[in-house]
Amino acid sequence: MTITDHYLEQLENEAIYILRETAAQFEKPALLFSGGKDSIVLVHLALKAFRPGKFPFPLVHIDTGHNFPEAIDFRDYLANKIGEKLIVASVEDSIKKYNLKETTGRFPSRNALQTYALLDVIEENEFDACIGGARRDEEKARAKERIFSVRDDFGQWDPKLQRPELWDILNGKVQKGHNVRVFPISNWTELDVWNYIKKYNVELPSLYFAHFRECIVHQDKLVATSKFIQPLENDVVVTEKVRYRTVGDMTCTAAVSSEASTIQDIIDDIIQTRVSERGQTRLDDQLSEAAMEDRKKQGYF
Amino acid sequence: MNTLRFITAGNVDDGKSTLIGRLLYDSDSIHTDQLGVLQKQTKQEGVDFDLSLITDGLRAEREQGITIDVAYKYFSTKKRKFIIADAPGHEQYTRNMITGASNSDLIVILVDARKGITEQTKRHASIGSLMGIKKAIIAVNKIDLLNYSETIFNQIKADFEAIKSELNYNEISYIPVSALVGDNIVTSSENTPWYQGKALLETLEDIVIETTLNLESRFQVQWVIRPKDEVNHDYRGYAGLVLSGSYKVGDEITILPARMTTKIVKIENNLNATDVAKAGDNVVLHFENNIDISRGDTIVLSNQLPTESNQISTWISWLDNAQLQLGKTYLLQHRFKNVRVKIQSINQKWNINEWQFTATEEIKLNDIAQITLKTNQPLFFDAFDKNAKSGNAILIDETTFNTVGALMFLEN
Repeated sequence: MTITDHYLEQLENEAIYILRETAAQFEKPALLFSGGKDSIVLVHLALKAFRPGKFPFPLVHIDTGHNFPEAIDFRDYLANKIGEKLIVASVEDSIKKYNLKETTGRFPSRNALQTYALLDVIEENEFDACIGGARRDEEKARAKERIFSVRDDFGQWDPKLQRPELWDILNGKVQKGHNVRVFPISNWTELDVWNYIKKYNVELPSLYFAHFRECIVHQDKLVATSKFIQPLENDVVVTEKVRYRTVGDMTCTAAVSSEASTIQDIIDDIIQTRVSERGQTRLDDQLSEAAMEDRKKQGYF
Repeated sequence: MNTLRFITAGNVDDGKSTLIGRLLYDSDSIHTDQLGVLQKQTKQEGVDFDLSLITDGLRAEREQGITIDVAYKYFSTKKRKFIIADAPGHEQYTRNMITGASNSDLIVILVDARKGITEQTKRHASIGSLMGIKKAIIAVNKIDLLNYSETIFNQIKADFEAIKSELNYNEISYIPVSALVGDNIVTSSENTPWYQGKALLETLEDIVIETTLNLESRFQVQWVIRPKDEVNHDYRGYAGLVLSGSYKVGDEITILPARMTTKIVKIENNLNATDVAKAGDNVVLHFENNIDISRGDTIVLSNQLPTESNQISTWISWLDNAQLQLGKTYLLQHRFKNVRVKIQSINQKWNINEWQFTATEEIKLNDIAQITLKTNQPLFFDAFDKNAKSGNAILIDETTFNTVGALMFLEN
């Protein structure tokens, strides 16, 4: 067994343990599924944790209305293939319902608005735990996040008042109205996720592999043109071979130039790159130094 | 064990953050955009380029210049993957160090070469030892400021050797380092020709961590898999983690607390049938007889029964702002089993700075003590010293549901 195989096995064991613990300790958990690689890996891990039984939770997708069609297609395909329940919560609906103001600017992000749909779907379904694919290596605020992260009635995270997590004993008890965000792949890095995808040949949306796409060059980043993002007069528009390193909204996720057509090619790319995942591909994390910390405090993942 | 989880103990003045920054930076684990953020902050705050900022995550912390919580950092080399628990070392943060140490196999204790072994060094060493860590590295930092003096290094080593009998480490390495300049961090330094040992990173890569494989076999049922559909109508599997030892098909096992015995007829690991399940494996066990088994039940080999008791003496590390109340009911979570407990007596308090036990009436935040508690039903466990995986538990407040104490069971 190679070193990589060995530690992937340890990470997998830890994640399965956390998923089963979530199922056992909560009345109504949910798995938040974005259509991105991290949540796809979560689904793969859940199959290992619960088959031949059914998942003890539905998949929940927060549809921003700005998702890549490839990600939506893949979401439906996967839910159907594994025969598990999918609940879609729409950010469009919460924008109408609450008369929310859209973010302005060239690359408007619905990231902050997602929180409304998320908190609504939690309340409507009385979910007491939401499983997510966030990883501690992604971002500094996430490095401080617990495996079971307690949120108050407003979904808020208070970094100063986190519960201590001793050993691998997880305390999922919460007061009425509070809920817990669960992060089974907290200890995985981006490279671990890709190595795992390779090891088990996990299916992914086509977006992750190199393909030709028309993009606007914006501050050294490639932003695909779409019905949401139209080129302006002075824009430099190129058609390049690109892939997505993360899959977020079409409006705020940048593509990277790449020839990588296989998972191994992608792994080779990642080993060589010196830029972090979110730094290279997210336009919304760069607004301020503490952007993620602020969003998390407000109820975001 | 190709993943090594370790904790670094020391405070900002000892250069702990710089050391972690150095390990991440020199092992190419820092992305350039994160470095960009680092320089921007540094510039904003008008200080020199500072490796320690790599580990200071939250704005709240940066504003106050402190580390308020445990942060986890990751890096890997060709030999191993590393998870660093970065916990602050001030006295008021004993709680965070306990948390970080509970998830670590090794402790790196930073000693400022100019100050030598201090009360704080002893406190950090004690906490690591109490939490069952067996491997320690004493990193004598800032040796560059003392002209790489072998005499001073040897003195510090001798001072720690003199106290090690009070601690439970089974392997201690001493390394002279300078986190700031990089001496003996990733590669051996030419500035310390008198030091023949390995550099810090090499030590971390090569150290062997004992597993729980050779201990008595322990398994707790975490989740019962019963699909009850047409295809799997008779499927009844008991999922859980093998805490220690191993189980194989054909083994005669005893189910506790029911004290029923049966045989293992099938073991599944990742949906594949296997003959053996070893410590650390997440498996699904199937038994010969249809016995009513629930989450939290303990499955052991019939000739390896654990301790059974409803009155338990235990170490406790108190983690909550509200102090412990004698006579009050708390919840005790012994991994997958919850029982209600009452604190019967506070036996003695461990004064970590003086290394002395004293009598006490109260236990407050950051206190470490030995207590006796009574459970509403018997627990099946081992002493933490013998088997940390089945000898630990947490205490939960019944109203706030906060985790208020870490428990390490004593020999009962």
